[in-house]
This record gives sequence, structure tokens and C-alpha cells, in this order.
Amino acid sequence: MKALMFGWEFPPHILGGLGTASYGLTKGMALQPDMDITFCIPKPWGDEDQSFLKIIGVDNVPIVWRDVNYDYVKERLGKFMDPQLYFDFRNHIYADFSYRYVNDLGCLEFSGRYPNNLLEEINNYSIVAGVIARTIPCDVIHAHDWLTYPAGIHAKQVTGKPLVIHVHATDYDRSRGNVNPDVYAIEKNGMDNADHIITVSNLTRQTVIEKYHQDPAKVTTVHNAVEPLSPEILAIEDKKGVKDKVITFLGRITMQKGPEYFVEAAAKVLAKAPHARFIMAGNGDMMDQMIRLAASRNISDRFHFTGFMKGKQVYEVLKASDVYVMPSVSEPFGISPLEAMQCGVPSIISKQSGCAEILNYAVKVDYWDIEALADAMYSIITYPALHDFLKVEGKKEVDNIKWEYAGQKVRRIYDMVTGHH
Amino acid sequence: MKTICFYFQIHQPFRLKRYRFFDIGNDHYYYDDFQNEEIIHRIAEKCYLPANRTILEMIRNSGGKFKVAFSISGVALEQMEIYAPEVIDSFKELAATGNVEFLSETYAHSLSSLGDMEEFKHQIKKQEDKLQTLFGVKPTVFRNTELIYSDDISEVVYEMGYRGMLTEGAKHILGWKSPNYMYASAVQPDLHLLLKNDRFSEDLSDRFTDYSWNEYPLTADKYISWIANTPESEQVINLFMNYEVLGSLHPAESGIFEFFKALPHYAAEKGISFSTPSEIFKLMKPVDTLAVSYPISWVDEEKDCSSWLGNVLQQEAFRKICEMGERVHMCEPRRIRQDWYYLQSSDHFYYMSTKHMGAGGFSPYDSPYEAFINYMNVLSDFIVRVNAQFPEAIENEELNSLLTTIKNQGDEIESLQKELDKLKKKAAAKTKQ
Repeated sequence: MKALMFGWEFPPHILGGLGTASYGLTKGMALQPDMDITFCIPKPWGDEDQSFLKIIGVDNVPIVWRDVNYDYVKERLGKFMDPQLYFDFRNHIYADFSYRYVNDLGCLEFSGRYPNNLLEEINNYSIVAGVIARTIPCDVIHAHDWLTYPAGIHAKQVTGKPLVIHVHATDYDRSRGNVNPDVYAIEKNGMDNADHIITVSNLTRQTVIEKYHQDPAKVTTVHNAVEPLSPEILAIEDKKGVKDKVITFLGRITMQKGPEYFVEAAAKVLAKAPHARFIMAGNGDMMDQMIRLAASRNISDRFHFTGFMKGKQVYEVLKASDVYVMPSVSEPFGISPLEAMQCGVPSIISKQSGCAEILNYAVKVDYWDIEALADAMYSIITYPALHDFLKVEGKKEVDNIKWEYAGQKVRRIYDMVTGHH
Repeated sequence: MKTICFYFQIHQPFRLKRYRFFDIGNDHYYYDDFQNEEIIHRIAEKCYLPANRTILEMIRNSGGKFKVAFSISGVALEQMEIYAPEVIDSFKELAATGNVEFLSETYAHSLSSLGDMEEFKHQIKKQEDKLQTLFGVKPTVFRNTELIYSDDISEVVYEMGYRGMLTEGAKHILGWKSPNYMYASAVQPDLHLLLKNDRFSEDLSDRFTDYSWNEYPLTADKYISWIANTPESEQVINLFMNYEVLGSLHPAESGIFEFFKALPHYAAEKGISFSTPSEIFKLMKPVDTLAVSYPISWVDEEKDCSSWLGNVLQQEAFRKICEMGERVHMCEPRRIRQDWYYLQSSDHFYYMSTKHMGAGGFSPYDSPYEAFINYMNVLSDFIVRVNAQFPEAIENEELNSLLTTIKNQGDEIESLQKELDKLKKKAAAKTKQ
């Protein structure tokens, strides 16, 4: 089974959860012996792990014929891909794009991030996808998130192969309902053209069915999973310098993540348990507002903002925490509580997050129920049995949530859409 | 001649209201009155009242041949008194027929037999008093919470003056043996045991309305013929179940009441009688002893206590209340004693079970964690109240001896005062002379 995947991010250079999920899923799928994955991203850095799949940088695929020799291509693209592949691509240029701005190799430039001209990059990505689809043979096309849906549709039209789209989030999650019409149009078009739609939770599945008017039979949930922690991360010690109990919020400080509920609950807990400390790790457009809120609740001496955390820092914060809280207002999946549980940190998650569907050993509350949230925080730091139970059982539980199983579910969908059984 | 022994468990806990941690120290009322009242009313309407009427009718129509036993927890009786006194009256009416036996148990339907034997004895006494007050009977047969039984428990039950006890016919204890005989405790052979017949009991309690069961629908005729077809030497069939089987677990529309009403007729046809546990204990002799080192109960496939004390949350909460026991016994205030009983009901621990995780098992809470959090918050407040009674720094033993000294001194002062009064009177009489 050859799968041609379109994605936007791939570790180690990632900006959000999409990259982590793409990596985990493809790695899990690669365990199937006959699975052959080609993964396209806008701009590779050359240090991606290609041991289990082939990565193609969309910015290395020519759309305008340039007369270059092998050695020059090798010098320029050698660290990204086999130079011969460049020439294969060059043989499949399907239209005259010489009016576009291209570089000396005839390739379009990509930022690989989320720039202001994102819609243009999405469009360029889909132009290049035409070349890739004509060159790389595949049985199924798999597009991750709305940025790559146009590319997926284009590839489907070129090859006639079935298109599976993977909904990691919808604009309804990002905007609390105030959707951007351009984004909605792209999402809707992608779903309408897809042969099958994969969602990361039943919550998202419901959104796709109700807000994007999709046939329920065409939408399947495949919950995300987590990669096992590396020994290096497991070895990180708890560097907590105080004996106080630490309760942590970790993520972008934006409307979607519900940071204000965390601050309000913290104020309630501190009124009764002055030995607690709160950490809000991450940054975002609501950070200043949260700093002001904490100050107005008179808890700033016990409420700490760390700013943006990355890589190992994330785990250092987790290891020093006694409770992890994710009060998201709307979360398609939410992988971070699973990571906290891997570190043995009891988690409190909102019922409005997708991961609540698969976690039994986490406390679940409504994001708006500040009292319940405060009560859960207080109880975990006050009643040792609850802390220990969630720590031990929670770790056991997430250790059994494997990408391998998610990969098998995706494979069954491939088999269904390609007609192999 | 075979005999059927029916016993029904009746229990309702005082369910706790949502009690947040900031209520600790501020709010000392723990119960969800609305919910408790609603549930008692609903169950009384659907089950207790119609079922009592049915049983009364069966006793009358069978000419006094139909007999049953009830075990009603003290906390359930209290709730009936508050919310549905007509249920108490209807039980009194049943008691008056003489065909109904009331069994003894722990007042709070508690797990005290697994952690606090002093409390266990205390609650048995309290339950005996309650039955005496309400129905004017003194129970002679014991039935522990959810049929929990072990060798240790049997000794205490014997010590409390009981010679007969009901428990589960757990397969891992019985092995090849049949539950349809009388057994005795291995450590206290004078305590005789009646064991629940799992199959026949669960035919009624679990399978009666199960459409996928190949014997559905179950008729009284068929059911009695199964019982009649058990081997000749097996003389007693113990059908132990929750009273809610009648009307609540299986709604009236399922025909459960009609099924029961038809039982005495078919039983008489096959020459099968009905007996109360105490009658059987009087008539029969045990065939063997049973050793039960680890407690058994009548719940789930495992027939053990893991539904209440299976995870560390439950164990922690239970340990906390067991630790409290000694000190609570020294406290005088009635409110403290009362809350103490209500908090011990096994249900609070059942709600914390993670055995089924979302599937099966009734709970007023969304999750076991919520149950644990709520209970521990309530318990924290209760502990604060108990500790406020006496300085915390004093050890229980010391406190006990101090209290004894105070009591002794009080007694002594009283007796000296009496003597003084007497002498004064004498002196006064003398001076008059």
C-alpha cells in the first residue's frame, strides 16, 4: 500500500500539535510491513527522521523547467533528497508556470510556517502537488488539515486515487464559532471531495457532520496517541525548589485553551490551601490579560508565568508539577495531558476536549465549572491517595495508547477506500 | 421435602450533596435531601408498597404458607420514617402476619466488619434496637452488608449471640459443594450458615427481563419445576436478592408481581414449602463446615469486596473512617454520631469503584474521582468537627482514661453527695429531736 501524504509540519521543526501527530501516525503506520509512505511538507530542514518514510520538500520540486546539471542539483538538494528525483519531477511538469516567481531550480519558495500570505502558500502547495502526484505512484492520498486539502484534491484529480483527509482541527475549534469564511470554504471543499474523512475525536466528528454537513458514514474517528518518552526525557529530574504543591497549565494562552478558568480556580484553591503554587507556561494573545487577572485576584505571588517553553523545557515543567490542568473550551484532541500522564502527573481535563473520550484515569470537569475545577485541584494536592492513584493508573493507561493501533485503524480506512479487503 | 427461603435486602444510603472543599469548616450539613427524598418516594411507589401488598396478599391467599425474610438497614428505615412513613406501616402489617422475619445487620449498611470490629458490634446493637422499636421483634438471624462474610466475621457474629447467618454461595469457596444445604463456620461450628443459590437467585434478579436469555420468558411453573428437579437430598433453596427486583429493577409491566403471586400455587403442587431462615436453622443440621479466610460478598462475578475496597481511593477513604472510629465513640453530640453512621454506608465506597469505569454500577456521580473528592471533602469537615471535641494532641488511650477518670470522679461525687445528703438529713433529724 503506497500512501502519498500531504502535511504542513514534521518534527523536529514544529509549531504546534499537527507536526507531532503527523510524526506519530506515520511512524505507527510504518510498522505495517507493506506500508510505503511518502510525506510532503512545504519546507524541510534536512534533519528530519527519514528512517520509516520518505520526505519530499515541496520547495524542492520544480514547476518550471530549468537546465541544470546533476552535480549542481546534488550540491543544492543533496541533503533533502536523491538528486535523481529532481529530474523525475522535472519530467512531469504539466503546465507553463514561468510567470510565477521561482528560483534557479524552477521551484517555488515556502516559509513552512503560518505567514500572512498563507492562502497563497496553500495555493502554491497545490500547484506543486500536481507535479508530485504525476511522479510518485500511490494507491491512496492522505491530506493532513485544511492547509493541504487543496493539494489533496488536486492530486486526486490527477491520479484518480481515493482521497482521505485527516481533520486535526476545524476552524470552529480555533475561533469559538466565529469562523473565517475563506478557511471554512477550503475545509468544506476538502471534505466534500474526500472519499473518507478521519477525525481525531468524536467531538470533531460531530462538528464535521453538523457544521460541514458531511455524511456520517464517511467520517471515522481515529483518536491520536502518544510516542513513548525517550530515556533522556525520563531521566529529567524534578528540579522543584519549593516544597509547595505545583499546579500547571501548559499551552498557548488563547481563548481556545480557557486560561481564565484556570486563574479563577487558582484563586479559589489558594483561599483554602495557601501552600499551592500555580504555573502558566506558554504564551499567547491573552497572556497580558491573564497577568492582570491574577494580579486583581491578589494571587500574583503564587501564580507564575514562564513564557514560551519548548522541547525539554516542557518536560522539566511537567516533572516539577503535581497536577496538570487543561481547561480547554474546545479541543479537537489535546495531546498534552497524555504527555503529562506519561510523566506521572495527574491530569484534570475539560469534558470539551477530544482526549476526554479515551482517558479514564484523568479527572474531567466542564471547562466553565470553576468550582469543580478548583475542587479537583484541591483534592489532588490534599488527598495523597487520589494523587497516587491517578499517577500510577494514568501512566499505565497512556502507555497503552499507541500510534501503532491508530495506524491500524487508518489502514483499515485505506483498505476500504481502495477496495482492498 | 424441599423448602424455599426468600430473603430481600432493603437499603438506601443518605446520598451526599455536592460538597466543595471551600465548604469544609463552614457547612456541616452533608446530605442531598432533595435527591434522597425523590429516590425514596420513587422506589416506595414502584417497589416497596406494591411489593409489600403483593406479599401480604400471597401470605393470605396461601393460608399462611408463604414466608419471607427482610433485612432493612437502619439508615433506610430512618429515611422511610422521614419521607415515606406509609412504607413502615406496611411492613408493620406484614410483621403482624407472623410469616415475615426481620434479620439483623449493621445499622448503616456499613463495611465495619472489614475494618472496625468494635464499630461492627456497636452497629448490630443499634440495628437490634431499631427493629425492636419499630416492629417489636428481636432478630435471631444475622445478615451482613451485601452478604459479606469471613471466618473473622463469623466469630464476632457468634459472640453477638447469633447462631444463624446468611451469606453467598461463592463458587470459589464451595467448589463442588452445593449451596442447597446448611453449612457451619469453620472457626465457630455453632454458627450455622445458609448460602445463596446463585443460579436461581439471579434468574430472578438479573435475567427475568433479559430478552436474549434462552429461557425468556420465565414462568412460575417453569421456575418451580427447575427447583423441584434439583437432587432429592438438597433440601433448601435460598433465594436472596434485593427487594428492588420487585417493581424497580424489573418494572411491574414485566409481570414480576404476577410471577411471584403464582409461586405458592406451583410450589404447593410440587410439594415445596416456604420457610424463614430461623425456621430452617431450627430444623436442619449443617452437613459440613466452610473456611473463608478472605471476605466474600454477593457482588459481581468475583464475589469479593473489590467493589468497595478494590482501589487505593476506596482503601484510603475507608482507612480514614476506621481510624476515626475510636475517637467518635468518645464524642457525645448526637449530630456527630448520626453523621458517623451515614458516612459509613458502603454505597459511598461503591461510587468510587473503578472496576467498570463508566459501564454498569449505579452512581449519582459522573466519575469515581468526583465521588472520592466529594466524600473526602465531607470527611475532612467531619474530622475537623470530631477533633474540635477534644484537644488533638491527646492520644486516644490517654483521652479514654481521662474520660474514665472524669466519669469515675463524677460518679464518686454523686455518691458522696448522696451520702452527704443522707447524713445531713440524719443530722437535721437529730437536731429536731
